Amino acid sequence: MTQTTVLETAGERVWEPVCPLPDLLPERGACALIGGEQVAVFRAHDGSLYAIGNQDPFSGAYILSRGIVGTRNGEPTVASPMHKQVFSLISGVCLDDPGTVIPTFPIRVTMGMVEVSVK
Amino acid sequence: MTRVLIVGNGPSAHRLAETLTSKGFAGSVTILGEEPRGAYDRVALTTHLTEGRDLAYPDIPGVTVFVDTKVVSIEPAAKTVNGSIPYDVLVLATGSAPFVPPVPGRDLDGCHVYRTIDDLDAIRTSAKTATAGVVVGGGLLGLEAADALRGLGLETHIVEMSPWLMPRQVDEGGGAVLKKHVESLGLTVHTSSGVLGIEGGERVTGLRTPDKGLIEAQVVVFSAGIRPRDELARGAGLQVGERGGIVVDDGMRTSDPSILAIGECALHDGQIYGLVAPCMTMAEVAADRIMGGQAAFTGADLSTKLKLLGVEVAQFGAMAGALDVTYLDPVAGVYKKLFVSDDASTLLGGICVGDAAPYTTLRSFVGAELPAAPSDLLFSPTAVELPGDAPVCSCNNVTKNDVTAAIKEHDLTDVPGIKACTRAGTTCGSCVPLLKKILTESGVDTGSGLCEHFAHSRAELFTIVQVRGITTFTQLIDEHGTGRGCDICKPVVASILASLHNGHVLEGEQAALQDTNDHFLANLQKNGTYSIVPRIPGGEITPEKLIVIGEVARDFGLYTKITGGQRIDLFGARVEELPRIWRRLVDAGFESGHAYGKALRTVKSCVGSTWCRYGVQDSVTLAIDLELRYRGLRSPHKLKSAVSGCARECAEARSKDFGIIATEKGWNLYVGGNGGFTPRHADLLVQDVDTATLMRTIDRFLMFYIRTADRLQRTSAWLENLEGGLDRLRQIVVDDALGICADLDAQMAAHVATYADEWRATLDDPVKLRRFVSFVNAPGTPDPTISFTTERDQIKPEILQVMSR
Repeated sequence: MTQTTVLETAGERVWEPVCPLPDLLPERGACALIGGEQVAVFRAHDGSLYAIGNQDPFSGAYILSRGIVGTRNGEPTVASPMHKQVFSLISGVCLDDPGTVIPTFPIRVTMGMVEVSVK
Repeated sequence: MTRVLIVGNGPSAHRLAETLTSKGFAGSVTILGEEPRGAYDRVALTTHLTEGRDLAYPDIPGVTVFVDTKVVSIEPAAKTVNGSIPYDVLVLATGSAPFVPPVPGRDLDGCHVYRTIDDLDAIRTSAKTATAGVVVGGGLLGLEAADALRGLGLETHIVEMSPWLMPRQVDEGGGAVLKKHVESLGLTVHTSSGVLGIEGGERVTGLRTPDKGLIEAQVVVFSAGIRPRDELARGAGLQVGERGGIVVDDGMRTSDPSILAIGECALHDGQIYGLVAPCMTMAEVAADRIMGGQAAFTGADLSTKLKLLGVEVAQFGAMAGALDVTYLDPVAGVYKKLFVSDDASTLLGGICVGDAAPYTTLRSFVGAELPAAPSDLLFSPTAVELPGDAPVCSCNNVTKNDVTAAIKEHDLTDVPGIKACTRAGTTCGSCVPLLKKILTESGVDTGSGLCEHFAHSRAELFTIVQVRGITTFTQLIDEHGTGRGCDICKPVVASILASLHNGHVLEGEQAALQDTNDHFLANLQKNGTYSIVPRIPGGEITPEKLIVIGEVARDFGLYTKITGGQRIDLFGARVEELPRIWRRLVDAGFESGHAYGKALRTVKSCVGSTWCRYGVQDSVTLAIDLELRYRGLRSPHKLKSAVSGCARECAEARSKDFGIIATEKGWNLYVGGNGGFTPRHADLLVQDVDTATLMRTIDRFLMFYIRTADRLQRTSAWLENLEGGLDRLRQIVVDDALGICADLDAQMAAHVATYADEWRATLDDPVKLRRFVSFVNAPGTPDPTISFTTERDQIKPEILQVMSR
């Protein structure tokens, strides 16, 4: 899986609606099912949005959307609720084990609707 | 393979076996003990009597122990004992026997010695039908025995031959101060007094002295010294001392090279050692020699520091010198004396009564140049920095350098860490304050912060939130922290807010602080599903409710298992199923069991006096009352409890954070117990109290724990780290030494008054219910990655694929 940035590139990107923005609680995640892909979406305290893969690579369970959101040295993070490894919401890198990286996806808000692109 | 056979199962034998095992000894180790139980901590014997504490040492894996096995003979030529048990190396750790002076009447019913758990149990039995007791001997052990008799409610006398108490540890001046302390506790001290005989028919009625006449008593305890048990060695033709003791060399070898002797039975360089520290050293020397090493025992420091009858007494180095400096405060009962060389430059020794602070630091300066003026040393000894080779823990022979090295090597940050790595502080515990000091000297910030977001400990945050009236995480981190928190500090703050305000844990911003378990009010399992535990107070449940649980489990296809806390756990529920499952449970009268929270879990109970032939109190009713009182109480870690209806303890209350055991007169409350990773038996906090007093004491204990414990610190670790330990806890929650009991009571009253079932409140709130979906964009769709197979007619999660890296 390749990393993508939040920048939108020319027209080829497909955006899928996830939920109205108010449905995302600040500093809490939710999971969206997009074309068979499970995407964990988060809303940080400052309003920024992030999207990462929902699968915890260490346990194999699809649960990262249910982790605790926070910061590590200023970087927004989520901690796996299974065994507490912490992942960067920006890069998908596991900060406790930098060799492990999970996918990240572009995310935006259009007309009050949160949208994610998986391809 | 070398067969090591150890005769005797006291602390020395236990240490020997433990050392051999931990050093990877390849041979077999067998222990033969004559007592009907395994090895136990003899140093703490009195606590068994007064607090009912369990003194047993942990079993050593790989070591075979035969209890109730008396060795009657050794056949050195055949290398066997009792004519048939073979050995390659035999270690005699037979200990000593109390010396009973040959006075008439010493065998009467009511006469005892003070050595084993059986002795203590016999004393306890005799004390039940007695009003007064006499201890013969005013030494260290005699005072301990006297304390025990006092603890059993007897009018207590001490008879000592010498002109003052503890003549081996203190001089006349110290003895006078000590006597005043002892007498202020209501004990009667008879010094310079011999014993003519014990009077009575079958049972003791008194003890006759030459000039004080008859001291009336129904219990007599002899504590007039010890005699090494060398009878086996004598029978085997080994060399023994003129006045007893098995002669050993520096390698603990007896006159037969295949036989070693350690502990109180060994005579080294003309000296018998009755203190625990030298005996432990002997055990370690023996272990090293058995494994081919060259360790040597070269005598031992006989310094002593102890607390008897609430008085600190310490002695180190010589008990005389060319010059001495004395400090005496007869009002406070403090006596401190240092002995120095004639040019006042070298420290020779010292004696302390009432305040042993100089002991810890100054002991290592014996024979060395004084680090400051003697009078300064008597007043503020802790200001002195210890030299690196100074022994810190003499029980386990650990120096300051050893501790400093362990702190560096293992990044230790607390006393329990030092204990685990070096053994320092694990035997008598008197060096624990010194260990803390070394931690600070090593640059370890012992008041370390929670995480990168807060420089405060949990207890400090609790005070900040309470005093400043803070109600949100955002306010707390804006004013007292940095960043936006993490999985460490957020649940801590959530717990503090819940403990103080008792609102719904999913209300507003608080929802974002909760761990996934609290967030979904259920327990996350390995495949991403959740388990559900309805509250079953005291483990009592009607057939109708059992049927409801069965029907719910059947209808939702859940795996069911009975928990250790007398409840039923239902596994395999998907997030979106939780509200529907709970709707049915709540409608049937169930409420949250808080199995997902750092909160009260369950109060387990035995069936109690209602049904049981042996029960003395109604344990089930009490367990239900307690569980309903403390349900929903958020705390630093989970809380478990149990109530047993009699001393048989079927509810296993002493493995709980707070356990209650019924007595004929009321209830005994034990606190700080734990199963889990580091098992610990709970300690007796209050005895024979009525139900109202019991509940008030538990209220205060729990609230004080919630206020002051660290994050994820169970009551057992909290109590072990509490400055002043169990005694201090009792002063705070029973005697109100800090003046906070009214506060603690009010806080618990508020909790009880505002409790509401979290699940019922969640079902009534459409906003809170919205989170219970697998997919926010497809609320009705179950997570397709969750699947099950079948095992023993129930579901079982399919193994998940872990992503390749």
